[in-house]
Amino acid sequence: MQELINRAKEMLDDGTVARVLGWKAGDLPYNPEPAYFEDAESLKDFVYNGFCGANLSKYMIEASKLEGKTLVFLKPCDTYSFNQLIKEHRVDREKAYIIGVGCKGKLDIEKIRAQGIKGIESIEGAEITDDADTLKVQTIYGEKSCAYADAMLERCHVCKGKEHKIYDEQIGESKETKDGERFDEVARIEAMAPAEKFAFFQKELSKCIRCNACRNVCPACSCRKCVFDSNKFDSAQKANVDSFEEKMFHIIRAFHVAGRCTDCGECSRVCPQGIPLHLFNRKFIKDIDELYGEYQAGDDTESKAPLTNYTFEDAEPSIVGKRG
Amino acid sequence: MSIENKSFRPKIVAFCCNWCSYAGADLAGSSRLSYPADVKIIRVPCSCRVNPMFILRAFEKGADGVIMCGCHPGDCHYSTGNFYARRRMTLLFSMLDYIGVENGRTRVEWVSAAEGVKFSDTMNSFVEKIYSLGENVRLGDLRCRN
Amino acid sequence: MQRIGVFVCHCGSNIAATVDVSKVAEMALMEPGVVHAEDYQYMCSEAGQAKIADAIHEKKLTGIVVCSCSPRMHEATFRKAAERAGLNPYMVEIANIREHCSWIHKDMEEATKKAVILMRAAVAKVNLNTPLQPGESRVTKRALIIGGGIAGIQTALDIADAGYEVDIVEKTPSIGGRMSQLDKTFPTLDCSACILTPKMVEASAHEKIKIYTYSEVENVSGFVGDFTVDIRKKARSVDMDKCTGCGVCQEKCPSKKAPSEFNRGLNNRSAIYTPFAQAIPNVPVIDREACIKFKTGKCGICSKVCQAGAIDYEQKDEIITEKYGAIVVATGFDTINLDKYDEYAYSQSKDVITSLELERVMNAAGPTHGHLERLSDGKAPKEMVFIQCVGSRCSDDRGKPYCSKICCMYTAKHAMLIRDKYPDVNVTVFYIDVRTPGKNFDEFYRRAVEQYGVNYIKGQVGKVIPQPNGKLLVQGSDLLDNRQILKEADMVVLATAIEPNPDVRKIATMLTASIDTNNFLTEAHAKLRPVESPTAGIFLSGVCQGPKDIPETVAQAGAAAVKAIGLLAKDKLMTNPCTAHSDELLCNGCSTCENVCPYGAITYEDKEVNDHGIREVRRLAVVNSALCQGCGACTVACPSGAMDLQGFSNRQIIAEVDAICR
Repeated sequence: MQELINRAKEMLDDGTVARVLGWKAGDLPYNPEPAYFEDAESLKDFVYNGFCGANLSKYMIEASKLEGKTLVFLKPCDTYSFNQLIKEHRVDREKAYIIGVGCKGKLDIEKIRAQGIKGIESIEGAEITDDADTLKVQTIYGEKSCAYADAMLERCHVCKGKEHKIYDEQIGESKETKDGERFDEVARIEAMAPAEKFAFFQKELSKCIRCNACRNVCPACSCRKCVFDSNKFDSAQKANVDSFEEKMFHIIRAFHVAGRCTDCGECSRVCPQGIPLHLFNRKFIKDIDELYGEYQAGDDTESKAPLTNYTFEDAEPSIVGKRG
Repeated sequence: MSIENKSFRPKIVAFCCNWCSYAGADLAGSSRLSYPADVKIIRVPCSCRVNPMFILRAFEKGADGVIMCGCHPGDCHYSTGNFYARRRMTLLFSMLDYIGVENGRTRVEWVSAAEGVKFSDTMNSFVEKIYSLGENVRLGDLRCRN
Repeated sequence: MQRIGVFVCHCGSNIAATVDVSKVAEMALMEPGVVHAEDYQYMCSEAGQAKIADAIHEKKLTGIVVCSCSPRMHEATFRKAAERAGLNPYMVEIANIREHCSWIHKDMEEATKKAVILMRAAVAKVNLNTPLQPGESRVTKRALIIGGGIAGIQTALDIADAGYEVDIVEKTPSIGGRMSQLDKTFPTLDCSACILTPKMVEASAHEKIKIYTYSEVENVSGFVGDFTVDIRKKARSVDMDKCTGCGVCQEKCPSKKAPSEFNRGLNNRSAIYTPFAQAIPNVPVIDREACIKFKTGKCGICSKVCQAGAIDYEQKDEIITEKYGAIVVATGFDTINLDKYDEYAYSQSKDVITSLELERVMNAAGPTHGHLERLSDGKAPKEMVFIQCVGSRCSDDRGKPYCSKICCMYTAKHAMLIRDKYPDVNVTVFYIDVRTPGKNFDEFYRRAVEQYGVNYIKGQVGKVIPQPNGKLLVQGSDLLDNRQILKEADMVVLATAIEPNPDVRKIATMLTASIDTNNFLTEAHAKLRPVESPTAGIFLSGVCQGPKDIPETVAQAGAAAVKAIGLLAKDKLMTNPCTAHSDELLCNGCSTCENVCPYGAITYEDKEVNDHGIREVRRLAVVNSALCQGCGACTVACPSGAMDLQGFSNRQIIAEVDAICR
């Protein structure tokens, strides 16, 4: 972490960048949040640890409009989002100085709590440099411990890899965290009977409070104005009275990001209700891979997206029924 | 087909592209090839004009089945429109299937302006399928909030 | 709120017998915005249209719904009627209660119910209609013809005679095309050159026609009425202004080993050459691949012998940029490659030739000076076998699924000419079917059989086997007599399938003109618009659209010319107003829409916008409404919903959905 701060100070001092986009400590040990740092002094609040799951790519849309370059720290999985945003002309590559930071998997406070660890005061072992496989958690009830892997976000168990797809320089080692298959959960649902599928999704979606956290955090949901907030699709004009969006929000959102979603997993991470929203996006990704060939959004900045592409021999929609 | 259960009359929306399928429906009409009145056609310039949101909207408003018809692949009036439509609908239908909406409630058929018979046959078989599935309660009911 | 009038047509009894039309009108009055509703026997009649006009005036209508036959039938009629009455024509919508209702349903109650719902959907849509204004674009009064064969020449002459400027771009060093390679033409047996050359001369002398030979279309931008085309004039290495066409350079050229394209590679030509004697322009080109000067730097004989000083080794390709209002594609055809038809021994024996090669053999200017002889040993043949449908009407992927259309007739011609000139030569034709529709065509074929004694055998040839004695053993079957045939022949002629010129795919892409799976250009309508491409301003002439013979080609060339003239005669074009438009405040500038637009109608501009007080420069999608054809692909691709289609807007379609599902 100190290395990141030192480098950031250096670049602010020599004027290479006008600001630093990183994470700053929150009021609790496990809730650091994205922040700009304009001078060396402010960097005292900078943190980078296992709880810095937030993907900073989307912040670069606004940062691209600011005077001067912005130093941004991107984890390997965040770089896919950044590439995708370049492809969609939403960020300016020239306005970003990208430091690819190492990652050994990001932590999910809910997973720690789920192990009965409450009243957390501090957590040791979440630093990227910590080698230990165990987190030491100081709580008001005394010290508890928890395996790092057991506290990881779901997305880190099915990590796309620790390679930065775009960067100016790299700082810090990464550690492989993948110990599961990305599409297993989707396949499990696909195998259910229709009624069972419906019951599953209805149960999950009925938790939704339409807080828009998923939409706000999503790097693919980068529209200046979301369709749900405009009157382009509805004569009713008032989103909050329109049952259409209430009922279809997550399906429509998933469709809008289909072929553009990098599977960064931020939607599920930020959902206050714990809805596994990534299961929608990942279903589209799985279908695209199976039907139109492997495609990873954000792998590059040039390739044609699956929904703006076609071949004469593409599968017919009836394949959905035939796959069983 | 025989419609035995008179109490259930499905609502079926058919999106037809102007150049092939709508003309195919016209030909079915001028050839007096009947299909159930439950089908209502919406004319769009091309199948690529059909936004998945239209289909979701129809289901949410109580449609029991939605079918989209376009020119045969390779015959699109706008040359490539139905290729994009095909991918969009495949993914949408797969998603609906994934959340538990019976797959038979959605369909895509390519119907040329010369295929009045195919249009009528398609509608007959689709309506029959919807009758067998009964009323669509799921999409009307997939709420975000209880 | 709109003031909508609903007009329900009886269509005699076509609608009224199954739909309770007065009930539909009555129900219409309950719909939001509807202030007038009536039914009438024939809405499309003058009296019916007058009712619409009257109601527009009296009730101050702002929108019209006509419940009648298909909009494909009378939408234009009713829109014009509304326009005459002072209403914007795009405020008219049709509810199709005939083709989609009365004609397919029997039960009156059910059909009426459906008609009411269709009416409601149309009313819901009209409530959201806005007056649309067609745009205007200017017309450059010049046409471009791609391809200088008989199709291109005829189209050029017809357009030029109407007073418009025409440029012909021809890839080879001379205009003339395939027809210049033919010896005689069916069904009258005129000499091909004798009827073609005058047209070539006429085109080159025409004050309105400019010919770019040895040139290719490099890039096309713009749209109907206003195309900008880059033409690459390949370096000829000969100054066209200085050359007198004396031909001395060709005589003296020491490099004489290049296969003659004009003679289908049956003999050789010099490195500096004109493809044939009557070439237009009569200016040679240097084939730089074959020229010793270009290969080794030594030689330069042509330059030394040229008294006009026309040879220019330094000449470079030149790009000419020109504007056109209309483009006619006349790229013609070639015969297919026979690599996949090894059973006919084409690659093994020089005496197995294609019909087009036979044309050159029989032509006085050809490799044998018009003597019918075997290309292997120069001997006169006694037995000739013609094999029909080589690669045509083929069910596997070796050949073409279509009939090449010209082969039956030219084979009858060849057979007849041979029997006429060499009565001692036996001619056998193996055929699947003989297809001779056309004026004087069947008579011609029968003459070959009856008068000239050509031996027609219905059956296919399985194999041609070259024999050690130089003869060709033809194994075939006679389907009528149901027997196998073994025949020794001196020459075998293959009626090789024709295919569109391979370059046409590249050209079609540049023009955004659609092309079918066989590489033929697609017509706007197979029956009713056969010489227009679906892409506005692009016309089709000759075999690029489908197989055809010379008379048909010339007829189509004239038709394409008329369509082009019809366009060029206009000063301005009205463009379809049902085009896509991007909402500047919603557009992300993400380029997704651009990727699905088949017409290249979407570009991006950095524009300053005022988004509720925030002024900033944004990358925004801009639709060129003259290029946009209104398919709507972009509207669905757009993630933010910024892109919408006029006349079929998101809100309009959703209103229809809602009305139907109500």
